[in-house]
Amino acid sequence: MDKIIKNFAIGLVALIILAPLGLLAVGETFGEWGPEEVKEKLGFVPPGLEQLSSLWNAPMPDYALPGQGESMSVAAMSYILSAVIGVIICGGLLYFVGKKVAKD
Amino acid sequence: MIRGEIMHIPDGYLGPYTYIALWIIMIPIWYYAGRKLSTELRSRQVPLLALAAAFSFVIMMFNVPIPGGSTGHAVGAAIIGIVLGPWAAVIAISVALVLQALMFGDGGITAIAANCFNMAVVMPFVAYYVYKLISAGTEVASSRRVIAAAIAGYISLVIASAFTGFEFGIQPILHHTAEGVPLYMPYPLSVTVPAMVLEHAFGFGILEALITALIFAYIQRTDTTLLYGEKSATQKMKKKNTSTA
Repeated sequence: MDKIIKNFAIGLVALIILAPLGLLAVGETFGEWGPEEVKEKLGFVPPGLEQLSSLWNAPMPDYALPGQGESMSVAAMSYILSAVIGVIICGGLLYFVGKKVAKD
Repeated sequence: MIRGEIMHIPDGYLGPYTYIALWIIMIPIWYYAGRKLSTELRSRQVPLLALAAAFSFVIMMFNVPIPGGSTGHAVGAAIIGIVLGPWAAVIAISVALVLQALMFGDGGITAIAANCFNMAVVMPFVAYYVYKLISAGTEVASSRRVIAAAIAGYISLVIASAFTGFEFGIQPILHHTAEGVPLYMPYPLSVTVPAMVLEHAFGFGILEALITALIFAYIQRTDTTLLYGEKSATQKMKKKNTSTA
């Protein structure tokens, strides 16, 4: 394997380990409020928003394991687990498909 | 509850006119990008492509706060567009975004095409052409190219955020009840565009610029043949051989 690829992979592992730092950022993101936050802001929830917002139930909503406690360490572990799952699925899928279609 | 913030356009913010239009735009883009990838991908680039998707997935989980109480993230799309080319970047970043939506509820299902359009199409294409424009006529090892990469990262994220702000802001015009109550995103363009653009111009755009420049400088110092559009030494030789033959 190329040395550069190896170094990128090492960098990626470091990013995964550091990922829970992303949990420390508290605050809201514009346009990404939940229905409750919209209600706080406006006094009402736009009906279409309310209807669509519950369309999909993700298995690990917000990179957390559902039904787990609220401790920071659990949140940090679930965040790392989410990053690992993401890396394995994204990287694995593209590696596999890429190898199938690649030309030399 | 300590949790990762939801980072992309969720379900319910864009009404059907907008999200269906963006699906209609995205389907041929994905198709063409897939075709292009399958005809042009070199096997040496495959690990890089896989890493790019994984990198984009993880970097988007890094929420950073900016002054004003807001949080957001870089996308990594600029460096992927510059290194792998914009069409390969479409595929790599779309895969990350689709997984984030399906598995982690980060970004809506209806809004997958919108999020992919903003972050997996607008960003890598803007970044790639800004980089090309600024680095035109320079040697591959020149420091102007590092600056070009940084500016490409910055501009591409800010423009992608403007697209997002625009998509949000047209909702009250497109969808409201007879009494004028908005059905989806309630804020008008005059709020959504400045909010999105200012946050990205003064916060996350700088982060994207740093990440893009850092990774670019590293590749520049180690192996420039990995860069999209740069011929490897063997390819150059082959070309020479065929032209002299």
